[in-house]
Amino acid sequence: MAETRAARPGGLLLQRRFPARPSELRSVREAVRREALAQGCAPDCAGDVVAAVDEACQNIIRHAYAGREGGEIVLELERAGEELLVSLRDFAPPVDPSRVRPRDLDDLRPGGLGTHLIRELMDGAGFAPPPPDGGNLFRMSKRIR
Amino acid sequence: MEHSVREEADAVVAAFSGDVDLESSPRARELLLGLVRGGRKVLVDLSAVDYIDSSGVASLIEAFQAARRGGTGFALVAPNPAALRVLQLARLDRVFTIHATLGDAL
Repeated sequence: MAETRAARPGGLLLQRRFPARPSELRSVREAVRREALAQGCAPDCAGDVVAAVDEACQNIIRHAYAGREGGEIVLELERAGEELLVSLRDFAPPVDPSRVRPRDLDDLRPGGLGTHLIRELMDGAGFAPPPPDGGNLFRMSKRIR
Repeated sequence: MEHSVREEADAVVAAFSGDVDLESSPRARELLLGLVRGGRKVLVDLSAVDYIDSSGVASLIEAFQAARRGGTGFALVAPNPAALRVLQLARLDRVFTIHATLGDAL
């Protein structure tokens, strides 16, 4: 796992490349929480960012990679003004953003909550244009509170 | 994630601790479905759960639906504020029976 941390306030805070596996997510959550709190997020706000990153990684593991082994995720967390910006890059076949929809919450069933939660937890979230060398790029933002 | 199971009055209490996430939620799911199939009221003690995500919530939903189909009781006990927030965002705080304490539930 490769990780770099910024030595100065603002800009890139965290960059981590890690296997797209459920067992990696706990460590990722801890790193994101640490950085969000260090940037002045209140615990609730940091918790929201952590949860959104976790849910977005779950989507990559379960859907982009469809549970296949060997995939990787690149997480970048940066500060821009009073916002935290998250980007998650995978190397899976292109996802069709129009098919990524939060489900109707009145339809009680086990799946489909992740996308809804991400949109509730973050101020902005969505797919960016895919990188030229393949994969998908998902970005989220939240104002520091 | 750790778990313990014990019997209290007419119910069985499943207590989880730590993180109920994509890694551990399959175990939570299997445990809860097994307990529901046992036919007794199931109380899920979340007081020691630090973090629960959509996969953990999905496990709760599945067990809740199995209990409903079987006509047995199912309730959550003492979710912490972060867990309650996830349940509220998913609008499940009105679907699940949620007790603040185990005493309330029994």
